[in-house]
Amino acid sequence: MKNWLLRIGFYLLLLAAWEILALVQIWPSYIFPSPGKVILSIWNGFADGSYPLAISISLRRIAIGYGISLLLGITLGVLLGRIQLIQKTLGSLLLGLQALPSVCWLPLALLWFGLSDKAIIFVVIMGAVLSISLATADGIRNTPPLFLHAAKTMGAAGFQLYFRVILPAALPSIISGMKLGWSFAWRSLMAGELLYAGLGIGYLLTMGRELNDMSQVIAVMLIIVLIGLTVDFLIFAPIERAIRERWGLQTAR
Amino acid sequence: MKLSVRSVYKTFHHSHRESTIALEDLSFDVQAGEFICLLGPSGCGKTTLLNIIAGLDKPDSGTVLMDGKEITGPGRDRVEIFQEPALFPWLNVLDNVAFGLDCIGMPRKKQAPKLGQYLRMVGLSSFRKAYMHELSGGMKQRVALARALAIEPDILLMDEPFAALDAQTRDMLHAELQEIWAKTGKTILFVTHNVREALVLGDRVLLLSARPGRLKRDFRCELPRPRHIEDFALIEAVRELLSDLREEVLAAQQKELEHEKLAA
Ligand SMILES: Nc1ncnc2c1ncn2[C@@H]1O[C@H](COP(=O)(O)OP(=O)(O)OP(=O)(O)O)[C@@H](O)[C@H]1O
Ligand SMILES: [Mg+2]
Repeated sequence: MKNWLLRIGFYLLLLAAWEILALVQIWPSYIFPSPGKVILSIWNGFADGSYPLAISISLRRIAIGYGISLLLGITLGVLLGRIQLIQKTLGSLLLGLQALPSVCWLPLALLWFGLSDKAIIFVVIMGAVLSISLATADGIRNTPPLFLHAAKTMGAAGFQLYFRVILPAALPSIISGMKLGWSFAWRSLMAGELLYAGLGIGYLLTMGRELNDMSQVIAVMLIIVLIGLTVDFLIFAPIERAIRERWGLQTAR
Repeated sequence: MKLSVRSVYKTFHHSHRESTIALEDLSFDVQAGEFICLLGPSGCGKTTLLNIIAGLDKPDSGTVLMDGKEITGPGRDRVEIFQEPALFPWLNVLDNVAFGLDCIGMPRKKQAPKLGQYLRMVGLSSFRKAYMHELSGGMKQRVALARALAIEPDILLMDEPFAALDAQTRDMLHAELQEIWAKTGKTILFVTHNVREALVLGDRVLLLSARPGRLKRDFRCELPRPRHIEDFALIEAVRELLSDLREEVLAAQQKELEHEKLAA
């Protein structure tokens, strides 16, 4: 409870400082707009429909990209985690590719797919799929052999071992990989949309810069943060909490 | 003959040190409904033997026959209970107990009477919705027992299931296990390195020698049941077996020492 108050107080203070700095007009308002102007910009953006359109375009892209990443990442993770040969070969490649920021795939994607949604979705996938598959593989490799023995002695075999034991046992690890994957996917999407103007939220940011509309730039940045946090709070936080409770893991704080 | 272990050999090969002969020419027979305790010093191959009978491991040579048929893999007619309970943290007590029956696709409706019966047998009816971290060590072993019983195997293979428990809990579980055994008529192979525990539970106590594990003694214990770990009548038998076991433990330690010296 106290933490809540502290946080709210901090943000109010930040807002007040911002307002005061804007009022004093050290910098011209087209460089440093007041909070009011930013809020007005958000209002206008929603009123004229440009923000909802951009948001829906971006969300569609990330839904497709992240969805494919999940399917691909978890399948790949299972293979990596269970098959030594794949781990030793493909595993090392994936580990190495982690060093490549996913937006670096954009030029290649543009050449492959042309100026289309597909290119951006590809970048999103490259951002998310690695962390999802590596975390999944890690979880699967760390399945206690005793769990497998127990399941086998009770008559589980073949795919049952995967769906009743190996995947559930790896779930905490898979979820944290999914969470990490989401944040990478979101960043990749924004980077992609910024570089290649194809509508979407990132494009609004570019527009703001080109029109010298600082309040739009800040407004869009706020929206990006809000969407990222909302997904975290509404989707990943509850799942993680449920898993921690069920497994009896210590909760942070 | 329910179970027949015929000159089983098992060696583990390591890449960086000498290979370990875990079992050497081990043979014994078990009648249906017998309660057998396997006693032996640490590292003599008790777990290895149980895993082989469970079908989780294969002998290098020799065979294990169940009802005259060779064991080639895991089967629902034998269930192993491990030293650590190996319960699934993502399932609650009820779902853990139902695991084996879920695996053969038996609908929960049909399972319900069995699940209820075995949960009651181990005294955990009121904990059916609990998750594993909410249970004490003794309760976990009870869940493991109920989970194994629910499959209704002929043979229960128990690997030092009570070793990590406090004395009171263990006493209680000894009583419960004898009762369950009497009620269900299962064949039980129970591994322990505690002589008293072996004599409380077993019709027969098979003493294995220090590594490599061989049958050193086949001891019949015909004391009346239910037995209790503090029964006066046990003392004589304990003394007799203990001296044998001590020899083997010493032998095992001697071997370890020699290994150390060789390695040094
Ligand atoms: N998977 C394995 N790989 C290599 N060596 C093994 C393996 N399993 C067992 N061993 C070796 O085989 C020997 C017998 O092991 P086992 O676990 O059967 O002993 P145990 O009688 O159950 O001992 P304890 O009472 O300590 O549980 C030991 O020396 C052990 O190091
Ligand atoms: Mg053992």
